[in-house]
Order: sequence, then structure tokens, then C-alpha cells
Amino acid sequence: MANEITMEITGEAGQGMQTIGAALCQMFKNVGCHIFANQDFMSRIRGGNNFFQLRISDNPLFTLRQKSDIIIALDKASVALHRLNIADGGILILDRKQFNITEEDAVFFDIPFYDIATSTGGSKIFINSVSCGAIAGITGIEFRYVDQAMGVTFAGKSDEILRKNKDAARSGYDFVRNNFKRDTFRVTTGAIKDTRTLIMNGNDAVALGAIRAGCKFYSAYPMSPSTGIMEVIARYAKNFHIVVEQAEDEIGAVNMIIGASFAGVRSMTATSGGGFALMTEGLSLAAMTETPIVVVIVQRPAPATGFPTRTAQADLELVLHAGHGEFARVIYAPGTTDEAFSLTIKAFNIAEKYQIPVFVMTDQHLADSYRDVETFDLNKEKVQRHIISKEDSKKIKHYKRYQFTESGVSPRAVPSWIEDVIYADSDEHTEEGHITEDADIGRKMVEKRLYKKFSGLSQEIERPTAYKLEGADIVLLGFGSTYGVMKEVSDTATDKNIGFVHLSQVWPFPSSEMVALLKDAARVFTVENNAGGQLARLLRRETGFQVSGSLLKYDGRPFDLDDILNRIKKEG
Amino acid sequence: MDIKDFKSNDEIAWCPGCGNFGILNAVKKMLAKLNKPPKDILLVSGIGQAAKLPHYVKCNCFNGLHGRALPVAAAAKIANRNLTVLVTTGDGDCYGEGGNHLIHNIRRNIDITVIVHDNQIYGLTKGQASPTTDPEYVTKIQEEGVVLEPLHPLEMAVALGAGFVARGYSLDIEHLSWLMEEGIRHKGFSLIDVLQPCVSFNKKNTFEWYSKRVYKLNDDSSYNPEDKMAAYEKAHEWGDRIPIGIIYKAEKETYEEKRGLSQRIPLVEEQIENIDITSVLSEFM
Repeated sequence: MANEITMEITGEAGQGMQTIGAALCQMFKNVGCHIFANQDFMSRIRGGNNFFQLRISDNPLFTLRQKSDIIIALDKASVALHRLNIADGGILILDRKQFNITEEDAVFFDIPFYDIATSTGGSKIFINSVSCGAIAGITGIEFRYVDQAMGVTFAGKSDEILRKNKDAARSGYDFVRNNFKRDTFRVTTGAIKDTRTLIMNGNDAVALGAIRAGCKFYSAYPMSPSTGIMEVIARYAKNFHIVVEQAEDEIGAVNMIIGASFAGVRSMTATSGGGFALMTEGLSLAAMTETPIVVVIVQRPAPATGFPTRTAQADLELVLHAGHGEFARVIYAPGTTDEAFSLTIKAFNIAEKYQIPVFVMTDQHLADSYRDVETFDLNKEKVQRHIISKEDSKKIKHYKRYQFTESGVSPRAVPSWIEDVIYADSDEHTEEGHITEDADIGRKMVEKRLYKKFSGLSQEIERPTAYKLEGADIVLLGFGSTYGVMKEVSDTATDKNIGFVHLSQVWPFPSSEMVALLKDAARVFTVENNAGGQLARLLRRETGFQVSGSLLKYDGRPFDLDDILNRIKKEG
Repeated sequence: MDIKDFKSNDEIAWCPGCGNFGILNAVKKMLAKLNKPPKDILLVSGIGQAAKLPHYVKCNCFNGLHGRALPVAAAAKIANRNLTVLVTTGDGDCYGEGGNHLIHNIRRNIDITVIVHDNQIYGLTKGQASPTTDPEYVTKIQEEGVVLEPLHPLEMAVALGAGFVARGYSLDIEHLSWLMEEGIRHKGFSLIDVLQPCVSFNKKNTFEWYSKRVYKLNDDSSYNPEDKMAAYEKAHEWGDRIPIGIIYKAEKETYEEKRGLSQRIPLVEEQIENIDITSVLSEFM
């Protein structure tokens, strides 16, 4: 019996790792296991080597492992590539006949996938379902869970396709029950009781947050790894009366969301570093015209094209400084799927309240990793509107778009709702929105957009998460997706007490709170998916606090639990 | 409505005698005739001398970035289809910096009207060549004369399938204001290129130069603006004779119709306070 198993399915692009992955997630969730799944894929449609890692456990999971207990190789190349990734006592499942592999290896377990798939389904495309059944057999779960997962995965396909997949899975299941005698990998069931538990990745959560927040216009140019957000919103666009418009380029996308927002509609775009670079002039326009927008940056390695389908946290400094001129902005960095959902809603509320650009920074790791999450609490972050209502608008005969106020925020009217007209300008402008060269007005407008709004925003900072700081030998510090690995390291490290602090908002920076949390820490290490230690630098710039060091990773791959545990060991 | 209803108190920053004044007057004349209150009209512009126009009219105005008026205008129209949306832009703004947006917004066919103040020169930056500057014209930058082939915006628009392609002349306010009215009346994307002499920096294409050459397509009863091949040839005509009027016209389904927006309330009217997403969540369970 095992209370935690890591498995990996690997093969070429185009062999359907995503489909098996989805089926397995569904299956183990229904069994009642906590899951964490991540797909490591290359930027290509066919060939190469892709793999899907799935962890299941009695305890909530947040990150990856270095080695897997069960590896299923779907092509010959994967056998050699992944042989060293097998954990102690683990197995590598392969189709020796098909791969023409004759040598012996104690970790091999042979399943004739090809023969089973062709004899039961009539085609090798059913290999995926055979492996699904095999995994169910090895982990000792009842076949009805496989059956159910197949139903969900192939929903919408013909009855015949569904039946053939189920038959293939059954054959894989039976083969293992007859030939695999170890019970090492049998899982306990029932850790999750709530049937409303969701399986979701970060992109899904951002998209659902946007729908819930009342985003009615979404414009973007497809760019990995952000495109999933556009796909999910587009899937539900008709039901919720949302217009999703694929723009001609990212410059078009950001200007479109500004146009729709000026007209009174909540609007969003998402992109990755390169596309964001193209949007920067538009951010400055949103700030100058005081038009609320929400921009999601799903980071990937760079410079330039980088690793298109891999992960990084190297654009923190870009997003902090993007856009010419000085203006207030907010940057959220959700650490988990549920935070991605609630902070996206908050991003819309804050953008509208302060009439500024608000950024939600995620990365490919958070965007594409699946976890089980408790169904969202829809009352946690409610939609709050900050425009002059249609009813109140009717009374307005004279309107100044940029009226000076104590808070720096001018009441925002919707064009055509009020009786007056609205002028918005990218040039420096008067309170009425007309172009001016007046020094005094210029100074006051800068103060309005920067100081005054910043002062209000500083009162609404998301509090950092602090975990096991009391008596910690080492405190880890991170933002965004590294929440997962820091959490599991804190929970599993045995030789040292490890605590962590996680920032889900990096700007405005929670300076006083960070000083209070870190000042008594024995040693602080930032955990960052970048080469420059950007968070450590930001912390020092804002508070003067110098960390003991930074655990950095900039090879395009996410951190895993073992990696950080090993590095901490080395730090002594 | 009356022209006075569209009067703005903003001080005009154009050179005396600028061709833009004719376009401004035509816009106001057309707006008065359109009979919609200023609050229901949105003028969007980018950067350049043309882009200042919205300030000189009492209407809603969004004066954005250089080259980026079209995406702002298109999305504002998507957000609230009750707004009449016009773009006032120039040859640099629309054909240079914002060329990609022009191409793709013609393809989108959103119901907006784009008025290009085409003076064949860069005015705001003091006299460099624009995409439509005539070949061999000498500037401080193009010292040996322009060597690039000029862009032919109307041919391009006809080729891309724009449903309303026209050319006006800023000295003929009556005709220009009629063209604008027709452009607004046309359902879908309308492009009106306006010959606009720049008195400070374009010493070739002057009022005299244009006035000698322009002729009205309305005077030629044999011209059929619905004939695409004829329109293509007419759009190409340049030199001794320059046609003004409706070059090409075709009824096409608009973006709003294709995407079902015309049948629903405008996006801006949607209540968003408590959107029920439980059915979506259940798909992730």
C-alpha cells in the first residue's frame, strides 16, 4: 500500500498524453485521491519527447517529484530517456515486442500495448486507453472508476468510439491483474469526500475568474502558454454574452480592450512576455486615459522566443516597469489555482476602482498544471462596480472626466449614459480631458495618477502567506507558482524546520509586513524561476532587507520537491 | 440638431489655411444632419494633426496612441453598438504606424467610419515623407526624393473587400459632408480618404494642384460603384485626373450581425454583479 505515488506517461507529441492525463486525473479524483499533474511538452505538434507526470496522495499536492514510481513508455526513445527517472522500487512499463527491446532490466514490466490495442479496438490509437486500464490495475482500483473516467474523457464522441476505448481499457486492466503480482502501488481511497471538487489548471481558473468578474470583452493574440485562457473564455462566451476577439497583434489586443473599457465594459487580455512587450505602450495609454484594464501575463522563458512551452518567472522586473512614464499599477502573482480565480476577480475590481492597469502574473507551470481544488467560494471576492450607474448618469449635465479629487480617482461615467460628452486623451490634459501644456496641471495630473492612487492601493494589498515561521531554521520566500514547492518542502523536510512566505501581490509591495515577517528569521532564501533573483532585489530595494541567498532555476523547468530539499541540504 | 450643438471651445492648433479646417466643417455639418445628440457619438483618433480634430467638436472623444485609433474604435463599437463611431486619422497614423489595424479592421467589417486626412506628408513632425507622398518628392529626410512606391489606400481597401470606399476633397465641404453621411449610413466599415492640402510642408500637392485635377464621380452617370473591377481601376486613377466620390460600395454582413451582437442588448448594458458560473464549475468536477 502506498499513500503517495508518482507516475509518468511519456512518448512522442501527438501520441495523446494529454488525453490519458485527463482521464487519469478524473479517475483518481473519483477514487478520492488528491492529485497534481503537469505536462512537460515540447513546442511541436508531432514527435520529440513529451511526458505527463501525475502524483496521487492522501494529502493535498502542490508540486512535482524528480522521480516516478511508475513510468509508462509509449515509444522506444522514452525508455532510455526516462530510465534514470525511476524511483527506488519503481517500474518502467513498456511494449518490448513493439519497441524491439531484448535486454533485461529488473525495473521493466512488459505490456503488449500494441497487440492489445489492435486486437480489442482495431487500432493503435487505443494504446492510451489500454495504459489507463493498466494503471488502474496496478494501483488496484475498481474498474468502474476507469469506466467513469472514459465516459467523461470521451463525452461527445460516438458510442462506438466510447465502447472501443472502454474495451481497450478493460483489456489493459485485465492484463495487469493477471500478470502483475506486486501490491506496492495499491492506493488507499477516499481522501477527498466532496464530489464538487474541481480539477483545474491555472489558465482555467483565470478564465473562470474573468467570466465571474463580468469580463464582457476579451481580445488577445494567441501565444503559448496563455492561449488556454482565450480558449476557455471562448467556449463559454455565448452563454455569458462575452465577445472574444482574436486581434491582429498584441498592440491591437491591448488597444481593443482599452476601447471597450472606455465604453464601459470590463475587458481583459492575456499574453506571455513577448506579446506583453508589444503591449507596453498601451499600458501607458490605459494609465494616462485612466481606463481600467486587466492584463494576464503567463510567463515563459525568454529573451525573445525562448522556450515557448516552458516555464519561468523572469518577467517580474518587466511587468514592474513596463510602460513609459510614471503611474500606479497593481501586480498579482497567484500561487495556486484558487488564488488565480479569486485574484483575477479582484484584479477587475481594483482596476475599475482605481482606473488603472492591473496585472495578473502567472507562468506556464501554474497555467498548465492540474490540481484538485475545493469548489470555489463565490462569496469570497465579490464583484464591485465603480462606475456611475445608468440611473445616476441621467442627472449629469456637466462632466469632467479627470476631475481632481482627494483620492486621485475621478468618478467614471459611461459614454452616452450621461447627458454630457466625455473627452479622454493620451496627451497631458485638463480636468475636462482637453490637451494642455500647463505646468501646474501637468504636475497635479502626475500626482493624481501616481501618488494619490498609489496611496489608496497601499491600503488594499493582499497579505503575504506566512507558514511555519516560528522556530524555522530557514524561511523560503517566493511569489507566484513557487507557492506549491515551498508548501510541500515546509511540510516534508525532516532534518530542518522550514517555513515560507509567499507573495500573491508583488506591487504595491507589502514592505512593512515583509519586514515584520522576516526580521527575526534565521536565514531567508528566495525561491525563484529566474536567473537574476528578481524578488530578492525587489525586497532589498523596497525594504533594505538582504536575503541570505536565492535558490534559482532558469532552465525552463519548474522546481520540484526533491530539488529544493537537496539544495537546502547543501546550504547546511 | 444644429451645427452649434457640436461647437467645442477648445482652441484650434492647426496652421492658418490648413486643409483640416474644411474637414472639420464637413464633420460638423454632417453631424448636425445626422440628428443624433453629441453624447451618442464617439470620435476616436490617434496622433497627428488629424488626430486633434475630436477636440474641436463637441462629442465623446478618445484621443489615443499613434496608429492605434482603429482597435480602440472597433472595440468601443463592440461594447456599445448604440454609439456612432468615427475615426479621424491621417496618412501617417492610419497608413503608416497603424497599417496592420487598417487591414484587419477592414476584414472585421465593424460598423465604423474612418476619415483619413491624407495630406501626403507628415505635418506634426515637420515635413517627412508619408506612405502616400508622391515619388521623387524631396524632404529633409528624403534628400534625394522619395524612392518608396506610394501606398494606394483605396486600391488596397477595394482589394480587401471594404464595403464603402470613398475619396473626398477638403475644399469641397458640401460633397465631403455628403460622403461622410453616406459612410455612416453604410452598415459596416467605411473608409473615406480625404485630399487635404498641407500649407506648411507639402509644396507639391497644394490647393491649386488638387483643384485642377479633382472631378466628381457623381457627374459620371456611367460609373457604377458596385462594380468591383471598375472600382479597382477608379481607385488606381491618379495624376492628371483624380476622382472624388464613392469609389466602391457593397452591402455585406457586418461583424455585429455575424457575431449575433445585433440581436442582443449592448454589452455595456449587461448586469455583471452576480454572474452565476455554477454550471461551468460543474464541468470541471
